[in-house]
Amino acid sequence: MRFILRRLGFFLLTLWAALTLNFFIPRFMPGDPVDALVVRTRGRVSRDALEQMLTSFGFKPDQNVAVQYVDYLGHMFTGNWGRSIGQTLGEPVTKLIGGALPWTLGLVGITTVLAFVFGTLIGTVSGWRRGGALDAILPPIFVITSALPYFWVGLLLILVFSQGTGGWLPANFNYDTTIVPGFSPGFVGSVLSHAVLPAATLLITTIGGWILTMRNNMITTLAEDYVRMARAKGLGSRRIMYGYAARNAILPNLAGFAMSLGFVISGAILIEYVFNYPGIGYLLYNAVQNVDYPLMQALFMLFTVAVLVALLAVDIATVWLDPRARAKG
Amino acid sequence: MTTTAITAPPPEKAPARTRAGGGLWRAVRGNRKAMAGAVILLVFTVVAAFPGLFTSVDHPDEANFAPRLAPSTAHLLGTTALGQDIYSQLVYGTRESLVIAVVAGALATVLSVIVGVSAAYLGGLADDLLSLLTNVVLVIPAFPLVIILAKYAGKGSLTVILAVLVLTGWSYGANQLRAQALSLRNRDFLESARVRGERRSYIIVCEVLPTMTSLIVANFLGAALYSVLSAAGLQFLGLGDPNSQSWGTMLYWAQNQQALQTGTPLWSIAPGLCVALLGVAFALVNYAFDEIGNPALRPVRRRRKGA
Repeated sequence: MRFILRRLGFFLLTLWAALTLNFFIPRFMPGDPVDALVVRTRGRVSRDALEQMLTSFGFKPDQNVAVQYVDYLGHMFTGNWGRSIGQTLGEPVTKLIGGALPWTLGLVGITTVLAFVFGTLIGTVSGWRRGGALDAILPPIFVITSALPYFWVGLLLILVFSQGTGGWLPANFNYDTTIVPGFSPGFVGSVLSHAVLPAATLLITTIGGWILTMRNNMITTLAEDYVRMARAKGLGSRRIMYGYAARNAILPNLAGFAMSLGFVISGAILIEYVFNYPGIGYLLYNAVQNVDYPLMQALFMLFTVAVLVALLAVDIATVWLDPRARAKG
Repeated sequence: MTTTAITAPPPEKAPARTRAGGGLWRAVRGNRKAMAGAVILLVFTVVAAFPGLFTSVDHPDEANFAPRLAPSTAHLLGTTALGQDIYSQLVYGTRESLVIAVVAGALATVLSVIVGVSAAYLGGLADDLLSLLTNVVLVIPAFPLVIILAKYAGKGSLTVILAVLVLTGWSYGANQLRAQALSLRNRDFLESARVRGERRSYIIVCEVLPTMTSLIVANFLGAALYSVLSAAGLQFLGLGDPNSQSWGTMLYWAQNQQALQTGTPLWSIAPGLCVALLGVAFALVNYAFDEIGNPALRPVRRRRKGA
C-alpha cells in the first residue's frame, strides 16, 4: 500500500513538472500567437482586433504570469481547456481532441497490440530454437528495421503501394470523404484500407524491438534452474517453452508493453503527418505550427497523463501478480 | 531507491571483462555485426570530413541545373524540383547529420554519466532527488516535447536542435548507469581503494568508470541513434533550419515539393536511406555491445551463471 501511495506521489509530481514545462516553454520563447495570426491573415485584420478576439478566447498576455499559471493548472484539472487559437480558431479544444482521439487510438493502439503479440510470439520461438534458422536470420534483420526512420518507411510504402501501383492503397486521410460515415460496409472498408499503410509502417518499425527483447529474455530464462528441473522431470518441450520459460520471460516485457500503450497517443506524430491522418499527432503538429497554446497545452497534458496512467497500471499489476514485489512494498 | 520501477530494470549485465581500449576493439573486430556497423560509420566519417573528394559540385544548395532531371552520369541521383544535384546534396549533408548524432549522443551520455553515477555514489537525499529528476524526464513524452521546444526556440539552428536532443536524451542512460554503479559500489576493489585512502573523485574516475566502459559506450550508441532519428524527424517536419545542409533538411524540401508525387522520388528516398544507414550502423555496433556485455546473448557460448 505504501508502495502504491509513493507511486501516486510520483505520478502527481511528474504531472506537475510536465504541466509547468508546458506552461513556461511558450512564454519564455520568441513568437506569440497574435503575431502568428497576423501573418496567417496576411494583415487583412488589424492587430488590435485579433488581440481582442484572442482575449475573448481566454488569451491574456498582460496578466500577471503567476495568476495565469494558477488559472492554467486549475483549468487543466477541471477539463476547462479553452478554445483553439490556431487554424481552427474558436473551436473548443475538447471537441478537437475528441474528434482526433478515436482515430489515433484505433490506428496506433491496435497496431501496438499487434506488434507486441506477434513480436513476443516470434521472439519466444526464436529464443527457444537457439541457433536455429529463425534465430540466425531474424535478430540482425530486426536490429536494422528498428533503426529505420519510421516516417521514411512510410514514404517508401506510399511510393510502392500507392504511387507505384496507381493508387492501390490510399496514402492520405482516414477515410474516403465521399462516403457518409456510418456502419456501412463501404465506410468500414474505406477506413480499413486507409489504415493499412500507416499501420504497416508502425508494425515494421516496432515489431523488431519486441522480438529482440523477448528472444533475449527467453535465452536468459532458459538457463534458469526451474527450466532445467522441468527438463529433468521429462516434461514435453511445448510445456516447458510456454509454461515455464515464456511465462517468466514475458514479465519484464509487460512493463514495456504498458509503457508503449501509454505512448500510443503521442507516439505516431510523424506517421500521422506523412499520411495526413487526422489523429492526435497531426493535431499537435498543427497546433505547434499555428502557435495554438490552448490546444498544445491540453495535448501535452494528455500525452503525459496517458504514460503515467499506464505506468501506474503496471505498478498495481506487478504488486498484484508478483508476491515478491508485494513483500518489498 | 524511490522510483526505480519506471522502466523494466536493465538486465543485470555482467561487468565488462574487457579493459577499456584494446579489449573493446578486439570485441568489435571479432563480431561481424559490429564490423559492418563500424565500416558504415567510417565511410560516413570520411565523406563528412572530405565532401569535396566525392562530388565536383561545390555549392549543392544552388539551383544550377534543370529541374527534375533523371539520374545520369552527370547527376547520379538526378536533380531536385528546384534544380539542385541530389547526390551532391547528399554528400554535403553527411557532415551535419553525423555531427548531430555524435555531438548530441556524446553530450547526452556525459550527462547520463554525471547524473547516474553521482546519484549512485552520493546516495541519500541527493540520490532521491537525482533519481526523481531522471524518472520525471524519462516519463515525459520526448518527441512531442522536442517538437514544442524546437518550435519555440526559434527556427531550429544546429545549437537548438543539439540542446533539445541532449535535454530529452539523457535520462534513459542515467537510469541504467545508476543501476550499474549501485551494483559496483560495494565490490572489493573499490573497498580496497577506499581503505588505501583514495579520494572519492579518484575512485569514481579511475576505478569505477573504466569498469563501466561497455555500458557507457552502449549508451552513447543508443543516444546517437536516438539523435539521428529525432533530428531527421524534426527537420522533416520543418523545425530545423531550412537552409542548412543535412539529410533531414533534404527530406523537408522533398516533402515540401511533393517529390514522391511529382516524379523525383529519389529526392526523398536517398536522404532517408542515408539516415537509415547511419541509424543502422549505430544499432549494429550497439547490438554487438549487448552481446559483449551480456555473455548469454553471444552466438556460441552458453551463459555462465553469476558474474
